[in-house]
Amino acid sequence: MNKKSHTPLAHISKRKVLPWYASWGIRLTGIVLAFIFCAIVTMLVTGENPIQIYATMLYGAFGTPRKSWVMGQETAILLCVSLALTPAFRMRFWNLGGEGQILIGGLACAACMILLGDKVPNAALILIMLIGSMAAGAVWAMIPAIAKAKWNTNETLFTLMMNYVATQLVAYYIIIWEVPKGSGKIGIINQSTEAGWLPQVGPSKYFLNILIVAILTALVYVYMNYSKQGYEIAVVGESEKTARYVGIKVEKVIIRTLILSGALCGLAGFLLVPGTNHTITTTIAGGRGFTAVMVAWLAKFNPIAMIFSSLLLAFFGRGSNEISTVFGLNQSFSDILTGIVLFFIIGSEFFINYQIHFRKSTAKEGK
Amino acid sequence: MRKKISVLLAALLCASMIAACGSGSSAPATTAAAEENATEAAEAAETEAAEAAETEAAEPAAAADFKVGFICLHDENSTYDLNFINAAKQACEELGIEYQLQTNVPEGQECYDVACEMVDAGCKAIFADSFGHEDYMIQAAKEFPEVQFCHSTGTKAHTEGLDNYHNAFASIYEGRYLAGVAAGLKLNEMIANGDITEDQAKIGYVGAFTYAEVISGYTSFYLGVKSQCPTVTMEVTFTGSWYDETAEKEGATKLIQDGCVLISQHADSMGAPTACENAGVPDVSYNGSTIDACPNTFIVSSRIDWAPYYKEAITAFMNGENIDADWTGNLATGSVVLTDVNGNVAAEGTQEKIDEVKAALEAGTVHVFDTANFTVDGQTLESYMADVDTDANYEGDTEVISDGYFHESEYRSAPYFDLQIDGITLLDTAF
Repeated sequence: MNKKSHTPLAHISKRKVLPWYASWGIRLTGIVLAFIFCAIVTMLVTGENPIQIYATMLYGAFGTPRKSWVMGQETAILLCVSLALTPAFRMRFWNLGGEGQILIGGLACAACMILLGDKVPNAALILIMLIGSMAAGAVWAMIPAIAKAKWNTNETLFTLMMNYVATQLVAYYIIIWEVPKGSGKIGIINQSTEAGWLPQVGPSKYFLNILIVAILTALVYVYMNYSKQGYEIAVVGESEKTARYVGIKVEKVIIRTLILSGALCGLAGFLLVPGTNHTITTTIAGGRGFTAVMVAWLAKFNPIAMIFSSLLLAFFGRGSNEISTVFGLNQSFSDILTGIVLFFIIGSEFFINYQIHFRKSTAKEGK
Repeated sequence: MRKKISVLLAALLCASMIAACGSGSSAPATTAAAEENATEAAEAAETEAAEAAETEAAEPAAAADFKVGFICLHDENSTYDLNFINAAKQACEELGIEYQLQTNVPEGQECYDVACEMVDAGCKAIFADSFGHEDYMIQAAKEFPEVQFCHSTGTKAHTEGLDNYHNAFASIYEGRYLAGVAAGLKLNEMIANGDITEDQAKIGYVGAFTYAEVISGYTSFYLGVKSQCPTVTMEVTFTGSWYDETAEKEGATKLIQDGCVLISQHADSMGAPTACENAGVPDVSYNGSTIDACPNTFIVSSRIDWAPYYKEAITAFMNGENIDADWTGNLATGSVVLTDVNGNVAAEGTQEKIDEVKAALEAGTVHVFDTANFTVDGQTLESYMADVDTDANYEGDTEVISDGYFHESEYRSAPYFDLQIDGITLLDTAF
C-alpha cells in the first residue's frame, strides 16, 4: 500500500451495537423508503397516484375474506419454513436446503397418497404422511449435518446441492405417476375420494394450516428460549470451543438440531401437499426455502418477530401481484416491486451494522 | 471472523433475494375492468343473489352485467398464451362484455385461488388455458355450481359429469397437416434445386412433452409433409416444458446439426424459430406468425383461433343456456387457421395447394389419420383402443379406428392419438 494515502471521500466502519429503538428506526425507515420508491416506480409506469397504489396493495392482501385467507396461508407456510431454519441458523449452521427439505417432505406425502390412498383409513394415512414427511425432511438435513459434524464439510454448499437432488427426485417420480401419460403432471391426487387430504377445519380450508403453524411458533419459541437443548444451540452458535469446554457434545448438537430443522421443513411439505395443493410439482416450494432465510434474519431468529417479518414479505408478494393485475402489467413488474422492497430491507441491515463517515474538509477524522 | 460472517450474511441475503425474485409469487395479470374491481367486488357479491334469480327467470342477462374471467399460464411473451389473450380480448369486445384477465397463474393451488377470486369479483364464466389447470378448475367448479368453468385442452369434462365444467379444443391436427403440406412442397423444391437428395429429406420437430396432444400434432404434421414428399423422415426431440426458450432453441439447433433441413415445433417460445433464423433453416412455427422475427426462414404457421369458441360459449351462458361437456372446433367453425404464407421462403404454389387440401379435408374426402397412409411397426392398423377416459393406468377404452381412419378429437375434444408411427424417430423420451 502506498504510504502517501489520501483520505477517501467516505469510508465505512462497524457500529457498536445499537439500542433496539435505533435499529428498529432504521428498519422502519427502510420499509417506508421502500414504499415510497415502489410508489414512484409504479407512478412512472402507470401514471396512477400513490394512494391508489397503496390501496391496491392493501386490497390485494386483505381486500376480500378469501384474499385474507390466502394471505394467511402464504404467511403461515413462509413462517413454518422460517421457524424450521431458525434452530440451525442460531447454531450458525447455514441451512440453505429448506427448499429441498420441503420438496422431499412433500414427495413422501404424495407417495403415501398415491400408493396407500385406497388401502389405509384416512386418519391413519394422514398420520403416516405426517411422520413420513418429517422423517424425509429430517434425513435430507441430517446428511449434510453428519458430514459437517464428522468431516467439517461446508454446509452451505452441501445443503444447496441437496436441493437439486430433491428437485430431480421429484421430477423422476412425476414421470412415474403422471396422468395422463406423457403430460408431465400428476394433477390433483385422489380428487374423487379425497383420500389423504387434510380435513377442512373452521371457516376456511387454510385455517388448519394457520392453526398448526401458530402452535408451532409457540413451541419453537419455548424450545429456543427455555429448553436445555435451545441453550446448547445458542452456545454452539456463539463458540464451538466454549461449547466443548463446558462439556457439550458439539457433533451431537449439530446433528440433533438439523434433524429438527429438516423435520419442520418436511412439515411445511406436509402442509403444502395433503394440506392445500394435493399434488406435487418441482416448484411447489416456490422459493420459500430461500425467502425464509431472510424472514428469519430480519426477525433476528426470534419466532414471535418472525410472524411480522413473514407477514411483511407475504404482504409485498400479494400486494405487488395485485398491482400487476389491476394496472395491467405482467408478472415481471411484481417481481421488480418485490426486489425493490427486499433491497431496502437488506440495505437497512447494512446501516444497522455499519456507519458511513464522510471526509471532513479540514479535521482528520477518528475511527 | 466477524467480517467473514458478515460477508456470508450478505451472500445469504443476496441468495434469498434472487430466489425470491426468481420464483415469483403467485399470479399477476392484466385487466380491462381495472380499478373498479376493488370497489365493485363487494357490490357484486351482494347483487349476485339478485342476478342469479334473474337468470333463473330465463331472462337473458344484459351484456353490461355479464362478466367473464380468463386464467393464463404465462403472459404475452408466450406465443401460446398470446394466442388465447388475443382471442379473449376480441371475443369480449365483440360481445361488449366486461372481462378480467389473469396471467402467469401456475398449475397448482394458485389456479383454484384465482378462479375463486374471479367468482368473488362477479365473473359468471371462467376460462383457463393450460392443461395443468384442469384439476383445479374442476375443484372450483364443484364449489361454485352457479358459475361456468371452461378449460381448454383438458380431458376430463366428459367423465366428471359436472353441468358447469367444460372442455374445449379444436382439430388442430388438420391445421398442422396443412402446414405440413407447405413444408412438403418446400422439401420438394429443395430436392428439385439439388440442395438435398431425396434421402436427405429429414425434418426435425421440437416437442414439449411425450403427451398425446404433442404426438397427435407432430404425427399430423409429418403426414402432411409425407403427402407431398414421400421420402421424408422426421426426428423429434422433447423439452419437458411448455415454455423453455433455451431448451427449445438448443433442441432445434441439435436437430439442425443432426441434418434436419426443416424444423417445426410444439412448444410455446420463440426458441426454435430463432434457432432456425440463425441457421438459415426453413421453419414452420405454431400459435401464430413469426415472420417479423424470422423473415428469411418462416414458411407458415397454424394456430387455434379461440375467439369462435369464446363467443359461442359466452353467448350461450348469457342466454341462460348450457354448452356440451366437450367442444371441438374445426376448419369450418374458423377455429383452425393458418397464417399467410411467406412468399419469400415457401415454394411456389403453396397457397393454392393448401387451399386445395383444405377443401378436401372439409369435404371429408381426405382424412389426416387415414390408416392407408401410415404404419406402426410395419403394420397397417385395423383397430386401436385409445385412452379417451383419462385414468392412472392409461388403459385404452374406446375403439377409434373405423371407416379406414383414426377418428381424432371425436370422442372428446382433446387429442388422443398416441401411436408411434414408422418414419418418425424419437430422440429422447425422458419426459
